[in-house]
Amino acid sequence: MTAQRPWASARSRLLGLVLALALPWASAQSTAYVSSEKDHAIAVLDLKTRSVTSTIGTCKRPRHLQLTPDGKQLLVACSESNQADVIDLATRKSVRRFALGDNPEAFDLSPDGKTLYVSQEDEGTLIFVDAASGKTLQNVPIGKEPEGVKVTRDGRTVYVSSEVANMVHVVDVAGARLLKNIKVGKRPRRFALTPDGSQLWVTNELDASVSIIDTKDQTVAGTLRFELKGARTSDITPVGITMSRDGKRAFVALGRANHVAFVDVATRKVSDLVLVGKRPWSVALDQAETTLYVVNGLSDDLTIVDVASAKALKTVKVGRVPYTVVLVE
Amino acid sequence: MGIGLLLAAVMPAAAANFKVTLLTPADDPRLERARIERAALGHPAGPALDALKVAMAEGRFELDAAGATLQLTQVEVSDAAGAKAATAKAERDGAVALVADLPSAWTLAASDGTKLPVLNVGAAADALRQGDCRRNLFHLGLSDRMRNDALAQALTARRWSHVLLLTGPDELDRERSAGAQASIKRYGLKLVANRPFKLSADPRERELANTLLLTQGSYDVVWVVDSDGEFALTLPYRTALPRPVVGDAGLVALAWSPRFERFGAPQVTRRLSKATGRPMDAHDWPAWMAGKALVAAAVAAPKGPAAAFHKALADVELDGSKGVSMSFRAWDGQLRQPVLLSDGRSVIDLAPVDGVMHPKNALDTLGADAPEKLCKAR
Repeated sequence: MTAQRPWASARSRLLGLVLALALPWASAQSTAYVSSEKDHAIAVLDLKTRSVTSTIGTCKRPRHLQLTPDGKQLLVACSESNQADVIDLATRKSVRRFALGDNPEAFDLSPDGKTLYVSQEDEGTLIFVDAASGKTLQNVPIGKEPEGVKVTRDGRTVYVSSEVANMVHVVDVAGARLLKNIKVGKRPRRFALTPDGSQLWVTNELDASVSIIDTKDQTVAGTLRFELKGARTSDITPVGITMSRDGKRAFVALGRANHVAFVDVATRKVSDLVLVGKRPWSVALDQAETTLYVVNGLSDDLTIVDVASAKALKTVKVGRVPYTVVLVE
Repeated sequence: MGIGLLLAAVMPAAAANFKVTLLTPADDPRLERARIERAALGHPAGPALDALKVAMAEGRFELDAAGATLQLTQVEVSDAAGAKAATAKAERDGAVALVADLPSAWTLAASDGTKLPVLNVGAAADALRQGDCRRNLFHLGLSDRMRNDALAQALTARRWSHVLLLTGPDELDRERSAGAQASIKRYGLKLVANRPFKLSADPRERELANTLLLTQGSYDVVWVVDSDGEFALTLPYRTALPRPVVGDAGLVALAWSPRFERFGAPQVTRRLSKATGRPMDAHDWPAWMAGKALVAAAVAAPKGPAAAFHKALADVELDGSKGVSMSFRAWDGQLRQPVLLSDGRSVIDLAPVDGVMHPKNALDTLGADAPEKLCKAR
């Protein structure tokens, strides 16, 4: 959920500003933020030295992290405190908290950054939350245990995966209503959109697969199945996914199989499998797209993978039960 | 017998409607208030109906999309003959499947009263998966052998290899103790002794009742078989040696625990708690899974006919928030599933434990495996 957002220019402006202010960490600005479910904190990792330099205290059980479109703030979904935490990246301090429904886990932002779309696992709804006021604007009923949330580039459509109903729900933003249910694989989790918006990839945790949805007619156009020598299909549990900016490669964390798959998007074939830590979950590519950062949920660490050689470079201890990684360069 | 509750709203006429009957014991002794208040781990904390309803409500989206509905009726029965008659009546009335939360002999009678699939959510007896198995009988909960194998795996992993077995006084305890001994042997553990116990304050029976006397000797762990549970609950911290207790107290093998934190389990537990005001317990999970299996079958064969529904039911692959996809074993109708090992405060381990291997599916290390051919009816 990081590198392919179109606000890179805003981010570099921010970088300039930070340098001008000559804050202590200005020389090591390239940073990974990793939420830790059990520490109620976010680990701050210096990408140059590849070590954790500090932690930021946040609300209880932080899970999904996302940058605001201007790149100045990090939004945190806290499942146990039912809150969003807004962290100012210049000071690395929480500046504001607001209610985020019940047990929030995943969300996405509207392209203008004004609205959060938050899946409500217990209620089986998608809520629209106004980022400025923290008010819930809409509450759209969908299937039980909604999980991953993805907003289209034009901001008109939100896709939500439902772990129980094994569907992707298509929600119309303007009408705040459910447009369509698309049957996908078992336990769908996270999304990636191709840069042209024509394909939506969704990982199916209990199906060892990715369903590829044609966003024009909202149907499943294909399924990519993962295989790994020495692992059974039942041990391949894909969750985290990201794509390169040119939409040519996808990177999928295979969960219990302890590997990350590099996928050629055009042919839908796995090109490389990289051994990482225990149950890799969230993945993020750096701006240069030379390095992949992989959060390992069951080994409390982060594996740094060299994309060109498809090799793990280093594994760094982060917080307890790490969940999401977001890069700021 | 014969109180019928209509639980699901009748849906538009165009939708295919599948009728399901839940059979439960009349005046269920397991659900007496005092019994629930001091329920041992794994014993029911409430009626099976609760979790079945939650699962069906969860399935609404999928059912709507497929154009199918499920209609649930509960029938209380008083004995095995009543169970048999009730299943036959359900079949005549157009039911497509039954769910049974009954003692094992009644469950068997129920499956003999019909050709319809019977989803067993209450009886753990190995006989129902072995000598008394039936083609139409499916098991959502754990068998005794699965629980025993899970514990034996955990003991093996910890190298707690010398086991002192304490066996309760009734026939069921003797059967379950034989099962525990078979698992102890299967995993290469050593049975130090098997001693009978009895709840008693009579000084003449102290050899049977006094936990300090019962637990003399040399061993790594005490395994207690106590279907009633009252004796087992008093055993931890009352042993002669400072050793852990497993079996029906201490570390217990369970289908579910409200303390389970992984694989989205807290959400499932919370949904049931919201619906019923009580935590979701080990006995609720099989009923919830029965509901999910019925939903999955209706979604797979939304237009019927019944034969298509039955085939879909036998072939379901279910996500039960235990981290893996689960399906019925072809050879005995048992749902293969991970087993939770818990002391009631937390989930300490999952079986199959790390490192246990199987040529096809590690889940099949728990319970009777295909090559044993213990079920002749399938």
